[in-house]
Amino acid sequence: MGILDIRNCTKRFGGLVAVRDLNMSLAQGSLYGLIGPNGAGKTTVFNLVTGVYTPDEGDIQLDGKSIHRKKPNSIAALGMSRTFQNIRLFKSMTVLQNVKLARHTQRKQGLLDAVLRTPALSQEEREIEQDALSLLKIFNLAGRANEFASNLPYGAQRRLEIARALATHPKVLLLDEPAAGMNPQESVELMHLIRSIRDRFELTVLLVEHNMKVVMGICEKIQVIDYGETIAIGTPREIQDDPRVIEAYLGGA
Amino acid sequence: MKRAVFWVVAIFALVGLQLQLANWIGPYNYKIVILTGIYIILAVSLNLINGITGQFSIGHAGFFAVGAYTSASLVTYGESTIRGIVGFLPRLGQDAVLLVLGMIAAAIAAGIAGLAVGIPSLRLRGDYLAIVTLGFGEIIRVVILNVDAVGGARGFSSIPAMSDFFLFWVFLVVLITVSVIRNLVNSSYGRAFISIRDDEIAAEAMGVDTTRFKVLSFVISSMFAGIGGSLFGHYNAYLNPNSFTFITSFLFIIMIVVGGLGSIGGSILGAILITFVLETFRSLNEFRLVGFSILLVLVMLYRPQGLMGVWELLRLKRRTAVAKS
Amino acid sequence: MITFLQQLINGISQGSAYALIALGYTMVYGVLGLINFAHSDVYMFGAFMGYYIANSRVVQERLGGSVLAAVLVMLVSMALSAGLGMLIERFAYRPGRTKTRFTLAFWLGILGAVFGDLYSHSAVGILVGALIGIALGVVVELAGIHPVRQESRLALLIIAIGVSLFLENGGQLVFGADPKFFPEIIPSTSLNVGALNLDTQKLIVLFVALILMVLLNILVHYTKTGKAMRAVSYNLDAAKLMGINTDRIIALTFGVGSALAAAGGILVSLLYPKIDPLMGVMPGLKAFVAAVLGGIGNITGAMVGGLILGFAEVMAVGYGSSTYRDAIAFIVLVLILLFKPGGIMGKGTVEKV
Repeated sequence: MGILDIRNCTKRFGGLVAVRDLNMSLAQGSLYGLIGPNGAGKTTVFNLVTGVYTPDEGDIQLDGKSIHRKKPNSIAALGMSRTFQNIRLFKSMTVLQNVKLARHTQRKQGLLDAVLRTPALSQEEREIEQDALSLLKIFNLAGRANEFASNLPYGAQRRLEIARALATHPKVLLLDEPAAGMNPQESVELMHLIRSIRDRFELTVLLVEHNMKVVMGICEKIQVIDYGETIAIGTPREIQDDPRVIEAYLGGA
Repeated sequence: MKRAVFWVVAIFALVGLQLQLANWIGPYNYKIVILTGIYIILAVSLNLINGITGQFSIGHAGFFAVGAYTSASLVTYGESTIRGIVGFLPRLGQDAVLLVLGMIAAAIAAGIAGLAVGIPSLRLRGDYLAIVTLGFGEIIRVVILNVDAVGGARGFSSIPAMSDFFLFWVFLVVLITVSVIRNLVNSSYGRAFISIRDDEIAAEAMGVDTTRFKVLSFVISSMFAGIGGSLFGHYNAYLNPNSFTFITSFLFIIMIVVGGLGSIGGSILGAILITFVLETFRSLNEFRLVGFSILLVLVMLYRPQGLMGVWELLRLKRRTAVAKS
Repeated sequence: MITFLQQLINGISQGSAYALIALGYTMVYGVLGLINFAHSDVYMFGAFMGYYIANSRVVQERLGGSVLAAVLVMLVSMALSAGLGMLIERFAYRPGRTKTRFTLAFWLGILGAVFGDLYSHSAVGILVGALIGIALGVVVELAGIHPVRQESRLALLIIAIGVSLFLENGGQLVFGADPKFFPEIIPSTSLNVGALNLDTQKLIVLFVALILMVLLNILVHYTKTGKAMRAVSYNLDAAKLMGINTDRIIALTFGVGSALAAAGGILVSLLYPKIDPLMGVMPGLKAFVAAVLGGIGNITGAMVGGLILGFAEVMAVGYGSSTYRDAIAFIVLVLILLFKPGGIMGKGTVEKV
């Protein structure tokens, strides 16, 4: 039993079966890749795991707790965080504020504290700011803390999204195509980044990615799905040589 | 320490204004200043749900009305009882007690109304939410219209006017409202509200219970609208359901949009500006509203971010591109 | 039973008026995603145009109380209102969508005219004021100040509210705030069908409304223009790529919707002859509810919604309490939005994205 377990999950949209009887198990601390051709169901899996969709059958467990009926914000509070394929930063907020927001699940301040601006609140606000700034330093964004998130260049925005996701102190981090739109140099830096944060923060990372260099480069274990079903699970080497995988990507129409 | 100093100075300033303002600018303008204060409370509270949390509500007049009528009923029907209980206080003190009790009752009633409207409505998005809030606002008005105990269509006119120290109270409440909302915005609650406005899906993914916070924002907003309503009842010592139509709701929307959606300072400025324009040109009747509406259209066409535009950052980045094309 | 049938006729008659107005709301929402608050005032404008035309010497002296007179009043009013609708689209909503010119000149011209009237109360003053306003607008535009691209629905809604307020108060200024009485261009007689006592006016209203709705249906479903309108309502960008002149189609949509509203205005004025510049507010809101009830954006839905709402109102007044009459519409609105926001003809619950 891993830290994240998907068991026999099926998700239908009308007549279409997006995900069929899917099983996935992530060992704590691992770097796990989820790949497959377009339309294979990868985003559906992400959405199932993060609570955006509810599986029609099967269940999902995070660190032993059943999460498949929970809302996304509860799941986030239980230790799962994510980034988005199409970067969803809070555009009217600064870099720093984006990260501060993510501390939401750990807040202790009550409504009265906030409204009256009690010393307890001021204290907690200072702590939140410190935490956020130190996180930004790791991602090389501390210098831009007070800029608007939307003004950042693309690569920096992606880094910010990851930083923000980490501010929730997750156990499991889901990265949705983090290398999209990156040049080879940036992809290499990203690979280093992902590995180092996994080590530093003792995370488990689930990665959905099309960039094979990144996937093969950092993932310890890879699961390949097509048409909502698993067609292979193995190390990068095993996957690269697997005929079924090759056919899924290259064969057919 | 700084804060304590601020409030002491503020209270002294308000007392001073209360005693002298009418002498300086005349009783007519004095009344307009009070009305402006009440509208500031309404605008700043509406800005919390529309501007900061991004939820499109255009039924604010409904909560304004609930607060006004609740407070007025309590004060009118309960006056003798309450004055009896606190008879040991000087007249001014008794007035203050009645005023405060009225505001508390108004806040609670309006808050409950906000809860009743908010919980079912906030599941909807954008235009649909707007229409539903508009509908609820009108329902509230029609219901009040049919309650004889508060005067129905003839209006409610037996409200004891707290005229002696009214300016002081109104602006004290204004200061409290602005402080509360500003403190809220500068806390994790505020960040949660803004995150909901910017991107609900991302907010949920980062742990924000968007439903709960939308409702919270809505209820706080309606409570303050109710408090404003309570003060409004004493302003004219008369209430009529016609003061609480959707046009009234639109007026508050105009204030916060012209001032700059999402900006507290903007809402204050917007309230002042709109009230000023409306009252100054009151003598010009239809002309004033025609000119006013054209101005509104032009402001929205040329500078929708209002005076203190936070909007600028939200969606209009392509403005320069359009101008150059 | 007899009363029920009579009430039914009343309800459908009332409802068909709502339907005509509702069509305008739904068509504009379909192509632009905008709730055109100003639509209710075009309805009012139509009624007033009908009033002035019906009372004009031409009609009174040459045509008398003939059917021709009635038709003329209707058609001219519809044409003028269509013009107003297209003007509104061009100068209030289009600037937020595409690059336009003379927007400021238009509005400042009107503002100038208003000021001119204010200070001089003479036609010359109005003209001078208008010219100054237009000149100012042109100058400012030459200086490079253009309308901003609207990316927020809230902004568009507020513009719609502004235009609505403008038309209502402008109407009070130009037409005078006190109510006028619409002339009886179709005589009111009763017809006895069996035990029923029917009012010919109501039947004519129903009949005319039905004809217009059928014509609209033909336009939308059996003509190329109608196809273009439907295409624009499904996907504006795709329609552009297909070579459709979307600006023209949108303008046309406004025109047709406004013409229908004007027709509604005249028909209602036949039944309830008292007209004033604020007469559009309540019927407008109710027609809007009808559009939502039927599924906003759906033309058949607007017709169905209008009929149902008219019927529900008449029933409520007849069998229930008349003071809550106005509340019926809003209660229906709230219930629909909470339980089936897509309306009767729409999809199920609106998905939260």
